[in-house]
Amino acid sequence: MRIRISDDAAARACGADAVAEAFAKAGHAPERVSSWGMHWLEPLVEVDGVGYGPATPDRAGDILAGNADDLCIGSIADHPFIRGQQRLTFARFGRTRPLSLEDYAATGGWKGLERARALGPDGTIAEVLASGLRGRGGAGFPAGIKWRTVADARAARKFIVCNADEGDSGTFADRMVMEGDPFMLIEGMAIAGLAVGADKAYVYIRSEYPHAVAKMEVAARLAAPMIAPFEVEIRVGAGAYVCGEETSLLNSIEGKRGEVRAKPPLPAHEGLFGCPTVINNVLTLAAVPFVLAEGAKAYADYGMGRSRGTMPVQLAGNIKYGGLYETAFGITLGELVNEIGGGTASGRPVRAVQVGGPLGAYIPRTQFDLPFDYEAFAAADGLIGHGGIVVFDDSVDMARQARFAMQFCAAESCGKCTPCRIGAVRGVETIDRILAGGRRMGTLETLPQIHNAPRRARSAEDEIALLRDLCETMKFGSLCALGGFTPYPVLSALNHFPEDFVVESAQGNAA
Amino acid sequence: MREDRIADIIAAHSHREGALLPILNDVQAAFGCVDEDAVRAVAAALNLSRAEVHGVVSFYHDYKAKADPRPVLKLCRAEACQARGVEALAAGAEKAAGGRVHIETVYCLGLCSVGPAAMTNGDVHARLDAARLGALIEAL
Repeated sequence: MRIRISDDAAARACGADAVAEAFAKAGHAPERVSSWGMHWLEPLVEVDGVGYGPATPDRAGDILAGNADDLCIGSIADHPFIRGQQRLTFARFGRTRPLSLEDYAATGGWKGLERARALGPDGTIAEVLASGLRGRGGAGFPAGIKWRTVADARAARKFIVCNADEGDSGTFADRMVMEGDPFMLIEGMAIAGLAVGADKAYVYIRSEYPHAVAKMEVAARLAAPMIAPFEVEIRVGAGAYVCGEETSLLNSIEGKRGEVRAKPPLPAHEGLFGCPTVINNVLTLAAVPFVLAEGAKAYADYGMGRSRGTMPVQLAGNIKYGGLYETAFGITLGELVNEIGGGTASGRPVRAVQVGGPLGAYIPRTQFDLPFDYEAFAAADGLIGHGGIVVFDDSVDMARQARFAMQFCAAESCGKCTPCRIGAVRGVETIDRILAGGRRMGTLETLPQIHNAPRRARSAEDEIALLRDLCETMKFGSLCALGGFTPYPVLSALNHFPEDFVVESAQGNAA
Repeated sequence: MREDRIADIIAAHSHREGALLPILNDVQAAFGCVDEDAVRAVAAALNLSRAEVHGVVSFYHDYKAKADPRPVLKLCRAEACQARGVEALAAGAEKAAGGRVHIETVYCLGLCSVGPAAMTNGDVHARLDAARLGALIEAL
């Protein structure tokens, strides 16, 4: 009898360790594997291919005795949630033990690196270019062009940096890759190193992910002989969201404040320690072994337009079937939320969906026909970002969400540029004044802090105009995406849900 | 004793390029803070000014100037957990903690599909409701 239980943090947070222990007490030795990504079923117990979830320790006996029909979902591999996916990056998930070199090699591991070694640097870069792979971290810049630039740079030292500072709410695919298939990420970095002539990679992991850090450290040690002379070193952050921004991240590895750098110079020319550096997201590097092993065309055949390949979509927030769903670009937002995600967990109607993390736009149901594609989202004033989808039901207060976006930016701003550092603080104050009905005597006293004493009265409409103006300034004046993209959630909330910004008591003009 | 420990931490990392964060991470883990004395010792060892080290220490949320001996519950209050009702739980958590447990806000533990989520001593907890969160705080 082969029993498998995930040791992914999401499974463990739902009690997978206690369930595994219950099976151990019953005389079995469950294999701890990566997660299938069906998080609503975690802890999910797999017994000879058949799934039971969400399991509890006291049901272990029932599952073993065949008395757990109420938990049984049948064959996991045939479950509609799994069958509907196009899993390239997450192909091994649920099937292999994360730190087993045998499991990795037996499922096609290291084939990409072997082929890259045979192709050489130029051939490898050509393959990545032909695959159409774009950076999965948010910006969507073609990976092959970045690699070409670093390969062409003349320098004594070059670096690969893996951005594993996945701080966006609603995203967890990077964490799952590091915890579930760390050798795939290491192989991707080794291929990148071979392609551009770098012999060292840094993986910068946020401190909020202790399980991912632990797995990656062991994996880097185990994989060292396979990738030598290439070397992988793990670096842990210290709790700063802005370090997900590539130039902040470089400063942080160098031991500095995580302030953004003005570009140019691009990191591809002057990156880590002043050397040419490829900096890619976890998902980008994790997609590389497939591209090399199966060929560029096999990857590029998936997708739509200039968005090639697959995107691991993360279904999160108030959603019935939350988890990881990898699919080719082009699927609509509505299909993802309503059909695959099953709508809200609360059973109430979906009101808004935030795509792309705290800097992503709030999208109303009327735009659910939007296809998942970089260009289509940009045209609708949104962004795919890292592929996180956070669902809200009709109890959400969108003015409060807009205020949170500004507050988050104020708290996490690195302080280097004025539009972000000061604009975000002013943004919070302006939204507070909108919600108080404008800047008038009699309303400002209701605010917890007096935001700019009224020398001249302003109506709530004036304040909204001011907020829009402020967003323009932040969007075009900020040095990086933190200040530059915070207007997306703010303006989308304002544009699509204006009713939430109206205060009953603010009727009539100001005194 | 304390100086020796800091010296050991510095020695363990000083061969690394950009050693400051790994050192500060270990100092914070060992003492629960990076205080003035630690800043002085690290600055001297890495040939940096105290101002430079202080600038780094004060930039990152993880570093504390003073140790807090209380147990910590890190409660995620980012959007995905908000969508699952964490804000309604937060006030109750503060009340249950009653000053004995430090409730720290974090933005995202990567458990967005099974929130509301929290972390205690490196252990993660999901699908929290008022009762489960209260029990977690009680057990700390």
